Amino acid sequence: MYPELGQLALILSLLLAVLLSVVPLAGALTGRDSLQAFARPLTSGMFVFIALAFAILTHAFVTDDFSVAYVANNSNSMLPWYYKVSAVWGGHEGSLLMWILMLVGWTLAVAVFSRKLPSVMISQVLSVLGMVSVGFLLFIIVTSNPFDRLLPNVPADGQDLNPLLQDIGLILHPPMLYMGYVGFSVAFAFAIAALINGRLDAAWARWSRPWTTVAWSFLTLGIALGSWWAYYELGWGGWWFWDPVENASLLPWLSGTALMHSLAVTEKRGVFKSWTVLLAIVTFSLSLLGTFLVRSGVLTSVHAFASDPERGSFLLALLGLTILASLTLYAFRAPVVHVRARYSSLSREIFLLLNNVLLVSATLLVAIGTLYPLVLDYLDLGKLSIGEPFFNTTFSPLAVATGLLLGAGVFSRWKKTDGGWLARKLLWPLAVSILVSAAVMISYGGFAVWAFLGVFAAVWVAVATFWDLWDKSASRHGRWHGLQRQSRSYWGMVLGHLGLAMVMAGATVVSNYGIERDVRMQPGDRATVGDYEIVFVGIGERRGPNFTAQYGSFDVYLDGNLVTDLHPEKRQYPVGMSVMTEADIDAGLFRDVFVAIGERISDDAWAIRVQYKPLVRWLWLGALIMAIGGFLAIADKRYRIRVRDEQSAKPASAAGGKAVEATP
Amino acid sequence: MHPIRKKRLTIVLFLVVGIAIAVGLITYALRQNINLFYDPTEIAAGNAPVDTRIRAGGMVEAGSVVRDTESLIVNFRVTDFAASVPVQYEGILPDLFAEGQGVVAMGRLNEQGLFVADQVLAKHDENYMPPEVAEALERSSKGQHKAVNAEKAAESATY
Repeated sequence: MYPELGQLALILSLLLAVLLSVVPLAGALTGRDSLQAFARPLTSGMFVFIALAFAILTHAFVTDDFSVAYVANNSNSMLPWYYKVSAVWGGHEGSLLMWILMLVGWTLAVAVFSRKLPSVMISQVLSVLGMVSVGFLLFIIVTSNPFDRLLPNVPADGQDLNPLLQDIGLILHPPMLYMGYVGFSVAFAFAIAALINGRLDAAWARWSRPWTTVAWSFLTLGIALGSWWAYYELGWGGWWFWDPVENASLLPWLSGTALMHSLAVTEKRGVFKSWTVLLAIVTFSLSLLGTFLVRSGVLTSVHAFASDPERGSFLLALLGLTILASLTLYAFRAPVVHVRARYSSLSREIFLLLNNVLLVSATLLVAIGTLYPLVLDYLDLGKLSIGEPFFNTTFSPLAVATGLLLGAGVFSRWKKTDGGWLARKLLWPLAVSILVSAAVMISYGGFAVWAFLGVFAAVWVAVATFWDLWDKSASRHGRWHGLQRQSRSYWGMVLGHLGLAMVMAGATVVSNYGIERDVRMQPGDRATVGDYEIVFVGIGERRGPNFTAQYGSFDVYLDGNLVTDLHPEKRQYPVGMSVMTEADIDAGLFRDVFVAIGERISDDAWAIRVQYKPLVRWLWLGALIMAIGGFLAIADKRYRIRVRDEQSAKPASAAGGKAVEATP
Repeated sequence: MHPIRKKRLTIVLFLVVGIAIAVGLITYALRQNINLFYDPTEIAAGNAPVDTRIRAGGMVEAGSVVRDTESLIVNFRVTDFAASVPVQYEGILPDLFAEGQGVVAMGRLNEQGLFVADQVLAKHDENYMPPEVAEALERSSKGQHKAVNAEKAAESATY
């Protein structure tokens, strides 16, 4: 009974989405307030029905309703309750439903938090979001219904959730990632609405900015969680594989980062408008591309669930339609926009432009490396894969260049920056950075060009950020007062850049100075990684809720002192007949010691992987700090105050401008 | 020159330089890092290049896995049921590696025809098979060396 209600809820929300994508837009185009007024109620209705459908599916999982095919395929009565809940998004249909839930959630958030926006604008934005919902609701109803029944042959028990996915990482990673992916739809909707209106101005940029930043923060968290999960669960200690699925999430992140910076210029200086709109379209298209790559089954990965060609073509059509429609609109409307503001060839505008050039180049590189093999395969020109070295060789120089540019850009001023002044300003940070980088090199013992460049770029970003904070917080009333005076968006930027510095430092150090060894060990054997000595004590057995495990006991020594003991496991899941390796990690701020057991070689000898991973935590901590920076930035007061000003449109802002001029 | 034009010119120059660098890096890196896929039939026929990093894939031949007891070296044969190739790998194999399962190995073919793998990828669950392997199996099953197992394998690959 309930699953049918869920199905009905999906269909009803599709109807509401269709109305939402037509009625308010028609109202906005014809100037009828009565039609525009439908935007918010329709949005709420759509959200309620999707939330209902999601709740019904969760209910089916928790109550072990194996008559629902999706539940039978992805759950089992022995699964602990929290994995039953997270199994809702453990497969294709459910994760798609979650995607839609997020989409309508964002739509609702726009409806709720944009009360101060002009009605015409908000109607158009919600209509565009409605159109996106129509596409995905059609997709789920036509090709991927999570409520399909297995009647009358109801299986006695489910096939279990893939053991890889029975983990805290899966509970958190997809929701965060989807929040990011889907969140860019809001920036996209604002861009499309602005194109329809022909009103691409600073106000538009200011409205889109917080939404873009929030989406970006969620995406950052989602990617970091995925990397962390891969590190301990799947990757035998690797944290980034340049796997097409990872790249699919990195693409919108890179262009989203470019979009955030370009929006800043558009808001503050009113330039780069057409470029910003294009980036908003591209970023959302890349989110859709990511969904297509991951969900259509064209890729070989944990994320590619049992595939169905119909789904692939549907998603491809959706992607094509979105890109075609928005670029057509862009082609017709973008040239309308005129630019008046001026800036010199050395200014913050130029630094941010270069930032965009680098980020877009990085996006292109990753896109080419990811799509090239797929396109060749599709055209039947041969099967090939592009390995990690391709990405490492091409991505690292861009990352280093971005870091170097960032450090200098932090000090630059809008409109015009004096070259001599900037050079003098950079002298001391440069000296400090070189010294610190050299010290880091010496302490890790070993010089390599790329290691130095990576560490230097990271240190440079951090030093420049702190230096600028020091400069800005100078105050007659003391340092503390000066620090308090800084706006939240400035603090957001500081944290974002410091987080990036941490990620760069972590990535460089762990790739260059990490140690990874596979050894054959018998109880009593010792293995050394870095300064650590690992002693294999023995193997034991234990039972979990839905698995049996063999676990190894290892003692970890540093300079003869016992640091910790580790118990990696090899688990057998009887339901799915699968084996899983659970590594055990002694985590630390400056290093991880990682032990995992492989197969049994002879009666008492095992293949063991031991690893020393310096600064690996900085990757995820850095990402977390970046995301916190993003959330802090949108809490800035000015987003609330200025929105109110905007209602009284242009005359008010002109008066405001005069008032500012009059103050000094 | 008019200041706005001058500025536009600088922007265009920046873009051109950026794109040129990107294209240069891509072609440089692509030239070195493309790994072509070969199936066991092609390798056995001598069509695969020697001492070049390639990918090879197929099913792990039943009864072919031999583990050295004193080191981490494993020897096994990868087959498409028409031909098979000896593979050597040193290290820890993925959890899902087993005889009769599909694998993709990355590595180099040496002069003696031994495929020395530095990476072995196994499928992620029992219903899934790497598309290359599925196709290789399908190709060989269409040839004269038809094996009963191959049909079955190719069938399960369409999941």
